[in-house]
Amino acid sequence: MNAAAQAKIRVATTSLAGCFGCHMSLLDIDERLISLLEHVEFDRSPLTDIKHCGPCDVGLIEGGICNAENVHVLREFRKNCKILVAVGACAVTGGLPAQRNHLSLEACLEEVYVTEISLHKGMIPNDPELPLPLDKVHPLHEVVKVDYFIPGCPPSADTLWKFLTDLLAGRTPTLGVELIRYD
Amino acid sequence: MNNLETAAHPETLRRVAIEPITRVEGHGKVTLLLDEDDHVLRVRLHIVEFRGFEEVIRGRPYWEIPVMVQRLCGICPVSHHLAASKALDQIVGADKLTPTAEKLRRLMHYGQILQSHALHFFHLSSPDLLFGFSSEVAKRNIVGVAAAYPDVARQGILLRKYGQEVIRHTAGKRVHGTGSVPGGVNKNLSLAERDELLKDIYQIIGWCRAAVQIARQLFEQNLAEYNAFGRFDAHSLSLIRADGAMDLYHGGLRASEAGLPGAGKTIFDHVDYNHYWEQISEEVKSWTYMKFPFLRALGPEHGWYRVGPLARVTQCDFIPTPLAEKERQQFLAFDAGSAAGSTLGYHWARMIEMLHAAEVIKELLHDTDLQGNDLVTTGERQERGVGIIEAPRGTLIHHYRVDEHDQVIRANLIVSTTHNNQAMNEAVRQVARQYIDGRKLTEGLLNHIEVAVRAFDPCLSCATHALGKMPLQVELLAADGERIDLLTRGACDAEPSCC
Repeated sequence: MNAAAQAKIRVATTSLAGCFGCHMSLLDIDERLISLLEHVEFDRSPLTDIKHCGPCDVGLIEGGICNAENVHVLREFRKNCKILVAVGACAVTGGLPAQRNHLSLEACLEEVYVTEISLHKGMIPNDPELPLPLDKVHPLHEVVKVDYFIPGCPPSADTLWKFLTDLLAGRTPTLGVELIRYD
Repeated sequence: MNNLETAAHPETLRRVAIEPITRVEGHGKVTLLLDEDDHVLRVRLHIVEFRGFEEVIRGRPYWEIPVMVQRLCGICPVSHHLAASKALDQIVGADKLTPTAEKLRRLMHYGQILQSHALHFFHLSSPDLLFGFSSEVAKRNIVGVAAAYPDVARQGILLRKYGQEVIRHTAGKRVHGTGSVPGGVNKNLSLAERDELLKDIYQIIGWCRAAVQIARQLFEQNLAEYNAFGRFDAHSLSLIRADGAMDLYHGGLRASEAGLPGAGKTIFDHVDYNHYWEQISEEVKSWTYMKFPFLRALGPEHGWYRVGPLARVTQCDFIPTPLAEKERQQFLAFDAGSAAGSTLGYHWARMIEMLHAAEVIKELLHDTDLQGNDLVTTGERQERGVGIIEAPRGTLIHHYRVDEHDQVIRANLIVSTTHNNQAMNEAVRQVARQYIDGRKLTEGLLNHIEVAVRAFDPCLSCATHALGKMPLQVELLAADGERIDLLTRGACDAEPSCC
């Protein structure tokens, strides 16, 4: 690794039970993305083809936890990232997907995948390739320790920019009241 | 020939998984089963999450729906925002929107097309196209593009930015805005906002034209490979304007048979989408949460189809803006029509649509109706509403039923990516035959599979959140693919029982 690469901070990102809106908000820093790329290199992320999170300085996670695979990925991030950040409403609280928590998962699946006139109940997709859904959607901090929480649906591009530039400068990130929103 | 969907003794075969599929939106994986000689015996694209969005929105007041459902997808929230609004227009009895409302929504939608297509081409797919499908994994991303082709990366970022700014000025914010409401919109476009957007539109059109040329040059430079890559024949489905023009906001349903562009026979045309279920049905397979839609007239085996840019560009009679129409003609004529039937032709068609979106935005910005103050209409309250729109990735269907307490009691959503389910499976199986079968697997070879998936710009979040409840045909298959049982719900002429 050359000196320039060593100076960069390594960032991994993923979306669990989210909509990728937080990733879109990160891209909404627009031209600032080009200067960000001078200081940051990406590990696992929807923007790269790295499939597993390796040792990183920062992990940004959007979305809550809705199935067994989400738990696995979240733990891999926690293990490898010095700083783990819950980005956006779903990661912080479970968000809109968690509104299914008052419903029975089984009833949801049956409603969707089993025909009313059917006598068979076997066509709920159940292949071993499909990760087991959890009966509730959980926020990240119920499963692992989380270092920072950034609320918002999604957090604004300016919020994410301020957070990342504070980290890059070695400061403890602080968001003023104008950068924190709960929409 | 083995269709690669099922294999006789899967437990005896070697499994290779591409997981997660990267540089796409959402969660999916591809599994390959190979025998000891590295022959591919089974390939499946799996959608691995279940959300049950329709269940979540039951009981909510209907006016919350356009804001709730866009949380299906952060890349194309406007599509869900508008498809839901169109369905709810019918609920509130708004048969015809005011000119200001209709044009504001169109502006928002074409802004969305522009930003989403730019994101897909530049941020997600360009690394494969510019560096090669087997290029070095560390470089094969937008960071690598920014280093090797700084102008291309910068234009991609600024094109997306412009589309996002159109959305911000019409919807209130870039991701998950609130501008569209049942019966209309809640703001107009101020003169200051208009002037800010007008300032850059000619530069944007110029960059869109350049992007079409990049797509064309990629075909010219790699003609044989691009034409053959993951190629298969498929029918097409999209909305179409009454005069046959491309219209991404509204129209009737058109489906065409596979064949050279313009030569394919029309299966149905200008169908009122309020009865979409008479044309389309779906089946379920055990190994993916995404259903498999098909045209009823042709049945599940032969009735699957493509949606999205390639379907729209090839089956419309014309594009109603001059620069994009000229590019469409050249695309259709290129190499005797072969590019227009190829899987990678999606990229070229997508860039033509991006140019079209920029031209439409320019026209709309010059329309003073956008500064009108008559924003909302209502009429006689209805119980049911259907809204269909051509989202960046294809035909998007929202269908709601609302009770006398204004609560949603049923919802049915069929998202763009779901329509492409079989087509994407066909593409990855074809690539597996062409590139993987009998060879020692490398990372670069496996990326070819993902290149085929990416061509469709799948939005797997949408596909996992939204689970249609249309009339269903369920097929129970043995491991060798033999059909054990078949169940069907819903007669052709009946509305889906859910709605």
